[in-house]
Amino acid sequence: MYTPFDLEMPGDLSGALTALAADGDTKTVPMAGGTNLIVDMRAKRERPERVIGLGAVGELQGMEFGADRISIGGGTTVTDLLRSPEIAQAAPSLIDSSRLFAGLMVRNTATVAGNIACGSPAADLVPPLLSLDADVTLASVDGTRTLPLGEYFLGYKRDVRRPDELITRISWPCLPKPFVNTFYKLARRKGDAITVTGVALTLAAAGGVCAKARIALGAVAPIVFRARKAEAVLEGRNLTPALIGEAAAAAAAATSPIDDVRASAEYRLHTVEALTRRMVAQAWSRLN
Amino acid sequence: MSNERTITLRINGRDERAAVPAHRTLLEALRQIGHTEVKCGCEKGDCGACAVLVDGMAVDSCLTLAWTAEGAEITTISGLGDLEAMHPVQQAFADGGAAQCGYCIPGIIIAAKAVIDAHPDPTEDDIRLGLSGNLCRCTGYTKVFEAVGEAAAAMRAGRDGR
Repeated sequence: MYTPFDLEMPGDLSGALTALAADGDTKTVPMAGGTNLIVDMRAKRERPERVIGLGAVGELQGMEFGADRISIGGGTTVTDLLRSPEIAQAAPSLIDSSRLFAGLMVRNTATVAGNIACGSPAADLVPPLLSLDADVTLASVDGTRTLPLGEYFLGYKRDVRRPDELITRISWPCLPKPFVNTFYKLARRKGDAITVTGVALTLAAAGGVCAKARIALGAVAPIVFRARKAEAVLEGRNLTPALIGEAAAAAAAATSPIDDVRASAEYRLHTVEALTRRMVAQAWSRLN
Repeated sequence: MSNERTITLRINGRDERAAVPAHRTLLEALRQIGHTEVKCGCEKGDCGACAVLVDGMAVDSCLTLAWTAEGAEITTISGLGDLEAMHPVQQAFADGGAAQCGYCIPGIIIAAKAVIDAHPDPTEDDIRLGLSGNLCRCTGYTKVFEAVGEAAAAMRAGRDGR
């Protein structure tokens, strides 16, 4: 089977951070749900000598719903999101994404922090979180730092997290009402499928104009990213079909899709434009 | 790396011991001590053949390290019922002809039990999303979905009547 390793299961956050800091020359990795890591170890893409299991770290659990801000622990599972009526109210795009996330057993163990930290362009919780202006908090024995999720990814499966750091919390501001926040996962089937094109959208209206627009795209570039030019087309304007078409074209122009086993680059380009146009139009009609 | 240790796993209400190294999965540990009712399929979290309940939650035992399951209540398909006393989900699968070769069925019934626990009166959508992590390569899923609906109805009737 795969390369043997040592497994430590600290009971709290300080124990976990100390274990990660004690890396030395021993390759050490944290394990949250393990649904990516164990597969990667079996395929020998990852060969850690020490695995720090985070299942007993209580500080990584729990969701807080403040008046202005929502904060969830990195250890929040996809099932935790699905079972939260508060998330359904405040961040429906996360529910759209969680429903179609892998299969039941993976949803029960896969975590939000793990989905971010795997750095995949097809990580399905990331477009919704970008559409919510989420921040991530990283902790190590040296302290914590919080940065926008949009600054977390450096490239394909490359991120700013140091080996001794953990993603402890993810937080975002409450959206101004009225708003629409949705995610559309285009995949070859609804269950157990990797995303071909993912589009997350936040649209808020005030005084007859689009007060806020966020468009985040998954699986169409080396990283998940926001189509800022497309957002800028929409913000401050009364949305017309022509304007929505312009934003959709800007979203497609911002992508750099590849051909792979799931779809061609051409198809991805086409679907980013079509989905963006459709989703913005539907959201705007719901807001008006 | 010689880090093998003997762990105690609580399986279907009984404590059982297994000597396993840290990198052994729960699936491997279960089969090593004779629980071959838990099936090994893709070992990637795609097929669900290895599903078991851990503290009531369906998980892929191939994506769970055995050491992390110590202290939890593990339920395999054998813990739900047997030929003499079938669980309503097992009964519904048998009555509805919802199995062909049967290899995927232990995992599917575990997932189905979890779906019904979460949704006593499941919609078609609840059933389909709940079983989205289980693959059957013999046939389609129509009879499987029907059996889950029948099982849920039988369990509701059992609670209300009897």
